[in-house]
Amino acid sequence: MTGPTADARTVSPARWPPIRRRVAVTCGAFGAVTVAACVLAPLVGSTPISLARAFDRSVPFADNVDAQIFFLARLPRVLAGVLVGGSLAAAGTVTQALFRNPLAVPEMLGVSAGAALGAILAITAGWSFALGPLTPVPLASLAGALVAVSLIYLLASAPRRALSTAVLLLAGVTLNAFISAAILFVQYMSDFTQTMQAIRWLIGDLDVGSYAPIVAALPLVGVAFAVFAVLAARLNLLTLGPDAAAARGVNVATTQRLAFFSASLATSAAVALAGPIAFIGIIVPHLVRLIVGADHRVVLPASALFGAAFLVACDVVARTVLAPIELPVGIITALVGGPFFLWLLVRNA
Amino acid sequence: MTRRRFARVAVALLALLVVTAPAPASAGHRIISIVPAVTEMLFAIGAGPEVVAVSSYDRYPEAVGALPRVGALLDPDVERILSLAPDLVVVYGSQSHLIAQLEGARIPVFSYRHGGLADVTATMRALGRRTDHAREADAAADAVERRLEAIRDRVRERPRPRTLLVFGRGPLTLRNVYAAGGVGFLHDLLTLAGGEDVFGDVPRESVQTTTETLLARAPEVILEIRAEAPADVERERRVWAALPSVPAVRANRIQFLTGSEMVVPGPRVVEAAERLARALHPEAFEGRP
Repeated sequence: MTGPTADARTVSPARWPPIRRRVAVTCGAFGAVTVAACVLAPLVGSTPISLARAFDRSVPFADNVDAQIFFLARLPRVLAGVLVGGSLAAAGTVTQALFRNPLAVPEMLGVSAGAALGAILAITAGWSFALGPLTPVPLASLAGALVAVSLIYLLASAPRRALSTAVLLLAGVTLNAFISAAILFVQYMSDFTQTMQAIRWLIGDLDVGSYAPIVAALPLVGVAFAVFAVLAARLNLLTLGPDAAAARGVNVATTQRLAFFSASLATSAAVALAGPIAFIGIIVPHLVRLIVGADHRVVLPASALFGAAFLVACDVVARTVLAPIELPVGIITALVGGPFFLWLLVRNA
Repeated sequence: MTRRRFARVAVALLALLVVTAPAPASAGHRIISIVPAVTEMLFAIGAGPEVVAVSSYDRYPEAVGALPRVGALLDPDVERILSLAPDLVVVYGSQSHLIAQLEGARIPVFSYRHGGLADVTATMRALGRRTDHAREADAAADAVERRLEAIRDRVRERPRPRTLLVFGRGPLTLRNVYAAGGVGFLHDLLTLAGGEDVFGDVPRESVQTTTETLLARAPEVILEIRAEAPADVERERRVWAALPSVPAVRANRIQFLTGSEMVVPGPRVVEAAERLARALHPEAFEGRP
């Protein structure tokens, strides 16, 4: 929202090129929704708190339960929701363009399965290896995701030619099945409480409990989004097919590689932070496309913003509806998102 | 190498013999238990020598180490169970498929489900009648109840600290913390040991907590029970420092209690109760070993 206003001082928005105006208007609208979600979400939770007390600096933080609930429990959750929701939605948009397939999500590429295998090995083996803010489970899931991504890339790539998206997709699906079997095997061999922990991880949650894991995920997500920004226009051409894109001067091989790695990176970071939260990567881009059309320069930022708002809102429902028991947010994303998506689909048909 | 392989084959053959050979005729029953808590009860009521096989998770008492394994809750090995010709199989209540198969083979089944603390001794008595050890079972159950009552009496008059009883969480993090809720044997044990369960109002066996509920419930004592000690207990204890307003954190009243007796609702609940009571009210046990 701040970018376009800076320009507005010199050139009136009415005279911007049409696409820039559309991007600005769309990002403004979706950004407003996201900001609203982020401001409102920390105000509600399973426990009533006094905001006045939470922001009362005269009480030491160590004694101020309201402040701790606000700053240690709720705010990190909201920020994690923004980061994870935005990453999964943007990565979904990029993956769908890369494969020219409306059902493609990074999860299909084995990213989530690799992450899950890493996490479950860490849970089952009781690893205690930590790296700065990264505790064993996120660390192992990030490693698992990156190994899976590299494996698939090696399978689908040959030097100096375009990636075979068909091989990429098939290799991804196959590796997914293979890793899922390995996960089941590890779970089968582990004891009951470990299995429960593993299943809980597989559902995904945003209760990160501190800012350290969010900060740790930021550089990865930052790099991915920087690449997304560069790719947006080229993805429009890529959706026409590799030959058509090449004819219009797009370096197809490089674009595909960048798209694959940036989408995988964003998803790996999101899954390491919150577990594999279902549905965001597929439903949010479609929802946004139904509203703003198919131009990736508009859809990509709008998807990221809307994914963030959507996940933050779903998390509010997850942590209040059955309080003090919490519903896994992945259940809400699917339960709320599914019918809404179908409604939009039928209405637009 | 060949010698090792030979040894392996020999062991496998021997194991096969042990499994398939008709068991020596013993005077009592031939019992298979695939529920560790009930295995412990069987040994406590004097039916131990009649147990011919146990689950893959059974570790206690030591005598089970020599017994064949027949799978567990999710993977019962029906073939092995049948081949051991039992006349009573203890199964978990949710194993409906296994129960149907055993009933089809006309093998009597003792169906068990975890319940509260009172169910431990009730199950021991019921097992006693099913295995013709009624007198010993009643005596063993009485002893368990007497010892539990003695622990309850010892801490009865003391102030009851608000306690969080954690039985699982992610390594080195406060994510996915599972704690005892307001029903079940862990809740009963905690109450008996002189603690007030911070999730006593939640009518579930387990509660998956969040940072917010942990802060809001503000436990005065945090007890973490585990079957096995984590790799680095001190580091795991320090993880709680992330919640500085929690009274238990400020008073450093966070303790790990490890050992299978803490998580198996069998006759060793007495030991679990005493360890919990000692952790909650150390002064009540001063001068006692």
